[in-house]
Amino acid sequence: MYVAVKGGERAILNSHKLITETRRGDGAVPEVSVRQIGEQLGLAVDRVMTEGSVYDRELAALAIKQAQGDLVEAIFLLRAYRTTLPRFAVSEPIDTAKMLVRRRISAAYKDIPGGQVLGPTYDYTHRLLDFALAAEDGVGLPEAPVADAPLDDGMPHVADILDHEGLIEEERPDGDGAEVFDLTREPMSFPAGRDQRLQNLARGDEGFVLALGYSTQRGYGGNHPFAGEIRMGEVSVEIVPEELGFAIDIGDVVISECHMINQFEGSKEKPPQFTRGYGLSFGHNERKVMAMALVDRALRAREMGETAMYPAQDEEFVLYHADNVEAAGFVSHLKLPHYVDFQAELNLIRKLRQEHQDRLEKEAAE
Amino acid sequence: MNAAAEKASWDEAYNFAYLDEQTKRMIRRALLKAVAIPGYQVPFGGREMPLAYGWGTGGMQVTASVIGPSDTLKVIDQGADDTTNAVSIRRFFKRVAGIATTEATEEASVIQTRHRIPEKPLKEGQVLVYQVPQPEPLRKLEPRETETRKMHGYAEYGLMHVRLYEDISRFGHIATTYSYPVMVNGRYVMSPSPIPKFDNPKMENNQAIQLFGAGREKRIYAIPPYTSVKSLDFEDHPFEVQRWPQACALCGARDSYLDEVVLDDKGGRMFVCSDTHFCADRQEKGHRGPMAADPAAGAFARSSDTSARKEGER
Repeated sequence: MYVAVKGGERAILNSHKLITETRRGDGAVPEVSVRQIGEQLGLAVDRVMTEGSVYDRELAALAIKQAQGDLVEAIFLLRAYRTTLPRFAVSEPIDTAKMLVRRRISAAYKDIPGGQVLGPTYDYTHRLLDFALAAEDGVGLPEAPVADAPLDDGMPHVADILDHEGLIEEERPDGDGAEVFDLTREPMSFPAGRDQRLQNLARGDEGFVLALGYSTQRGYGGNHPFAGEIRMGEVSVEIVPEELGFAIDIGDVVISECHMINQFEGSKEKPPQFTRGYGLSFGHNERKVMAMALVDRALRAREMGETAMYPAQDEEFVLYHADNVEAAGFVSHLKLPHYVDFQAELNLIRKLRQEHQDRLEKEAAE
Repeated sequence: MNAAAEKASWDEAYNFAYLDEQTKRMIRRALLKAVAIPGYQVPFGGREMPLAYGWGTGGMQVTASVIGPSDTLKVIDQGADDTTNAVSIRRFFKRVAGIATTEATEEASVIQTRHRIPEKPLKEGQVLVYQVPQPEPLRKLEPRETETRKMHGYAEYGLMHVRLYEDISRFGHIATTYSYPVMVNGRYVMSPSPIPKFDNPKMENNQAIQLFGAGREKRIYAIPPYTSVKSLDFEDHPFEVQRWPQACALCGARDSYLDEVVLDDKGGRMFVCSDTHFCADRQEKGHRGPMAADPAAGAFARSSDTSARKEGER
């Protein structure tokens, strides 16, 4: 009945009450706490912080609880909250070479200064459902053994090792005082700088970025990547308050980082050389940073003088469609009433059908 | 209006009208530029709103930036004040701005709309804020923003005319029924947002300020009062609006945009005004349509009865 699309304040309010009840689930089962989510669903929290663009485990865990575990909805909640926050300062660039490493691997070299550090990873587990986790009394308090010696202090980036020989393109910092593009304050503009692109990819939907990265591996614009290095751990964040004039440490964040090393055949001006793709996320998310690094490199096509032929190399296509808050919103807006436009189309199609019918009859008469 | 100003009180966890003052200032600057260059799409640093993209975030940001405590707001979707999203947006502004709201077109100082222009002519001093899903009228012809910006820059609109011409050669007439492109002030081709082309002529020389907000695409554009807005057409195929053989079943109006209401699964239907306030106002003044006394129509009329709804909203 037509009444169904008529809003009514009461129907909306009741729907809110029903979702609240549904979210709580069976009352006989204990309610999950935000702390539990933060501690035990940490990778979900990491994803929500990354795509929500706020480093706050508690808020991200709250968003996940409120969204019933729907991570895209949780990301939306966090973003909407984020817009209301004031901005105190812009941090200094973080130095990932000084990271307190929890995991760091390279697929390009067998051994590297500082060593290969596996850290916590599912990579080498057999993906067998572990029914011990389903036991009523839980898993207790598992403990991993501690190494005899601490890790090296300095863990140079693998790409920098190649740098000494000129085998890889130089990574040059932007000039001093160059303002970094801020995607959360400015609209997208094209051609996009790398700062804008990397922000977009970092905030971009993991699934979308993953699929695009994957497409480059399958021949849609690939550059033969090697995982030069993937690392995860704590880095400190520093700001320079105006009244002090020097940097102070305001806290640590856990991040994941990926340096992808890609082939480059060289051009008229440049000898063959390895090129870089870069990925960074909050928390622990190797899938995201690896995919991001692949797409970052693919999107450097123009800069490298490569012909952009594939979706992952197409800047407007990738950057305009990576954001899942935008995408989910626009897809879901189809649920809004469109009956004015539908009526317009109905009128048109009736008219077109009538004209078609008239034509047939006229032809038959002739 | 002044009485409303005294009463205005809002959820103080948020700044007045949700957005912080810096953001509003940024949006107002974009609006000023938009009014100065009618029909030109001004990029702006659109913010995330606590409403999904595609559900009116652009319109909401524009409304939040132009509204003051003494304003009276009307929100419509599909011409109706009581569609779910219109209710939701009206509630949002009540909560974060504490402003007075109305369903009467003539009482509103700011009207936020999705897909319609009210039937009642607007007056000087009123602001009509459109929610825009896709601000770029050329997007379906050219997916790249870098290209469409150039096309606007050079006023290179041949592609659009070709598309309209192709319609004529295929169907005998232009087959665009909504989001029908317009030429503003003789310079920019502009998307009127997905209003039916029935509403296009109302944009021309309108006394009110017309502001357009596209949140997801982060664009703002505007039509100042008394500006020329021409729907694109050809001399031998002039622009036409939709007409219905019927009058509104409830109020008998013959000059309004009608929605088709399905009454049963046997093909029974009636046509009623999409502008609910216009229709209710006419009925109040004693106008009656052919089905005003019909029980099915009566059920429909009750479901959109203004007085009952107002009570629910408090």
